Amino acid sequence: MDALNFVFPNDLHVHWSMMIVLYPYLTGLVDGSFIVAALYYVFGVKSLKPIARFSLVFALAFLSCAMFPLLVHLGRPERNFNMMLTPSPTSAMSGAGYIFTVAIVLIGLIVLLVYRPTFVRLRLKSKGIMAILYRVLTMDSTNLSPESLELDRKIIKFLVAIGIPVASVLHGYVGFLFGGVKANPSWSTPLMPVIFLFSACVSGISALILAYIVIKKVRNQPVDVGCVRTCVNVLAGFFILAFSFEMLEVFSHSYLRTWYHHAVEGLLNGPLLYSFWVWQVVICSVLPLLLLGWLCLFKLKDSVFRFFAAAVSFMLLLQVLLMRWNVVIGGQLMSKSTRGYTEFHPEWFDKEGILTVIVLVTLPFIVLFILSKIFPLWLEEEKAST
Amino acid sequence: MGKADAELDRDRRAFIKKVLKGSIAGSLLLVIPMPTGAGIPRVPEQIPGIRGKEYDLSGQRFAFIVDITRCIGCGSCCVADRREFNVPDGYYRTWVERYLKDFEGEVYVDSPNGGFDGYQKPRADLADLKVEVRDTFFVPKLCNMCKEPPCVQVCPVGATFKTPDGFVLVDRERCVGCAYCIQACPYSSRYLDPVTRTAEKCTWCYHRVRKGLLPICVNVCPTKARKFGDLNDKNSEVYEILHGPGVLTVLKRDMGTYPELYYKGLRREVV
Repeated sequence: MDALNFVFPNDLHVHWSMMIVLYPYLTGLVDGSFIVAALYYVFGVKSLKPIARFSLVFALAFLSCAMFPLLVHLGRPERNFNMMLTPSPTSAMSGAGYIFTVAIVLIGLIVLLVYRPTFVRLRLKSKGIMAILYRVLTMDSTNLSPESLELDRKIIKFLVAIGIPVASVLHGYVGFLFGGVKANPSWSTPLMPVIFLFSACVSGISALILAYIVIKKVRNQPVDVGCVRTCVNVLAGFFILAFSFEMLEVFSHSYLRTWYHHAVEGLLNGPLLYSFWVWQVVICSVLPLLLLGWLCLFKLKDSVFRFFAAAVSFMLLLQVLLMRWNVVIGGQLMSKSTRGYTEFHPEWFDKEGILTVIVLVTLPFIVLFILSKIFPLWLEEEKAST
Repeated sequence: MGKADAELDRDRRAFIKKVLKGSIAGSLLLVIPMPTGAGIPRVPEQIPGIRGKEYDLSGQRFAFIVDITRCIGCGSCCVADRREFNVPDGYYRTWVERYLKDFEGEVYVDSPNGGFDGYQKPRADLADLKVEVRDTFFVPKLCNMCKEPPCVQVCPVGATFKTPDGFVLVDRERCVGCAYCIQACPYSSRYLDPVTRTAEKCTWCYHRVRKGLLPICVNVCPTKARKFGDLNDKNSEVYEILHGPGVLTVLKRDMGTYPELYYKGLRREVV
C-alpha cells in the first residue's frame, strides 16, 4: 500500500547506479578468465591450451578498463589519486587502487613472459615501429635456449600461482565493499565476498567460452570442442558454488526470520520480484543449471555442444549482470527507514547513463582488438605466421 | 528683509547643514567597519564558557537532545537550516517526519519536502483511505554525530573525520565524491551535493558552536524541542536531562554507532 511507503528524504536518490554495477562486473570478468589461465599454467590442465594465452590477454584488456566506471562515478574524479596518496587505513575502499595496481602489474608481467618466445620470433620478422615495440616488450632479449624457456615456465607458474590469491582478493574485496556496509541489511553479510568471488569466476569463464566460440565462428576457424568441454565443466562447478551461496544467503535468513529477513523479504518479493526471482533465479540460474547438467553429463554431438555451451555462457553472463544489478541498485531501492522503497529509472544521456554503459562495455573489446594486433591470440595463427 | 526673515534663513541653513552632516555620518557608518571587539559578533553568548578563553579542542563534550513530546512539526528548523547552509532543493541536512497511528496499530510516516513547509494540513491520502488517526507525533532528524561513525570509517581519503570535540565533519576540499559514506550512514543524514559534487551533512552548526552560539535549528525552535549544550557544564539543560531520570534513547542502537544525538520520549515505531 502506497500510504505505508516511507522513504527517508535523502534516500530518494540511488547514489550508486549503473557505474557501480559495471565495475564489479568488469573486474569479475578478469577474475574468471584468470582462473582459466591458472588451471592451465599452474594446475597443468592441458586441454585448456588453445585458450590459455587468450584468457590472459582477455583479462588484461578488461582489467585495463575496469577502473573507468569508478572514475565516471566519482563526484570529483580529478581527486582519484588521493585514494592512493592519502588513504584512510580504516576504509575498505582505500585498498582499491593498491589491489588493482598489483593485479594489473602481475597480469602484465605474466602476459609478457608467456608471449616472450612469440615476441622474439615476431621481432626478427617485423620492421619499423613493431620491431621496436617487440624489442621493448622482450626487454631486448632474444634468448630462446631451452634453459631460458624452462626458467620462463617456472616464473610464469610462480606468478600465476601468486595471481590466484591476488585475483581472489581483487574480487572478494569488491564483495567486501558491499558486505561491509552495516547500514544496508541486504548488503551486510559475510557471504557477500564469497558470492561475488564465485559469480565473478562464473562470468569470466562464460565470457571466455562465448568470446572463443564467437571469434572462431566469425573467423570461420575450427573450435576446439575438447577445450570448450573442459571450460564448461569448470563453469558448472563454479556456478553450482555461486548459485548455492546466493540461495543459501536468502534461504538461511528466511528460516532465521530475524529483523534482517523482515527487512529484506519485502525488497525481494516487491521491487525485485521480477529482476531477482524471475530473471536472475529462474530464467538465468535454474535453466542454465539444468542445461549445464545436460552438457556435462551426456555425450552430445560437437555442434550441439558448441551451440548450447555458447547459449549457457550467454545466460550466465546475464545472470551475473542481473546479480550485480540486484545487489547494487536493488539494495539501494530499500530505504534505510525499512518502511519503503524508492525507484530507479536509468537515463540514456546521464553522466552515469545507458550511453556511458555502452561506451564503457565496448571499450575493453576495443582494447582487446588493439592488443590482438600486438599479441597473436591463437596458437594456430602464430604457427602459420612464423 | 526683516529681522524675522533673516532668522528664518539662518535656521534653514542650519537645518540643511545638519541634514547633510547626518547623511554623511550615516553613510560613513555603513561603509567604515566599526570596532566591535576582535570579530566577536554582537549576538549574546548562547553556550556559556566558549567565549573569552582559548577553545580547548579535546576538553569539550557536546550533546544534542530532541524532545519528541515538544515538536509541533512547524518546519522552522528546516527553513533555518536551508538558509544557513544554502542547501539545494531535494537534499536534507535535517528533516522532520510525521508519524500517524491508526486504531489497528498501523503506522503511516511521511516527510514531504523534508517537513520544510510545516505540517499544516492532515494527510489527504489517509482521509481518502478512511484511516482513522488515533495518535500523531513528529520526529526531527539530523546527523547523529556517532562516537563510532561508520561514515568516517569508510571514507577512503579521510575527507570525513571526527574532531577531538566530537563533531563529524566533511572536508569538501578533500572529498572525492564516491558516496561510500552515504551508503554507510544508517540514518541517511548524508547526500551528495549537486553543486560541489562532494558529500554534505549536518554539522550541528560547528561554525556557530565555536563562537558560543547554538545550532541554528535549536535557535529557531519555538517549542524547545531541539536542545543543544555543553556536557562539561553541569548547569546546562542537556546535562540535566542526560543525568536525570527521564527516558532517553538513540536511533538504531543495534548499529553500534553510539550516537551523541539523544531522543526524549521517542516511540518504538521510530526508526
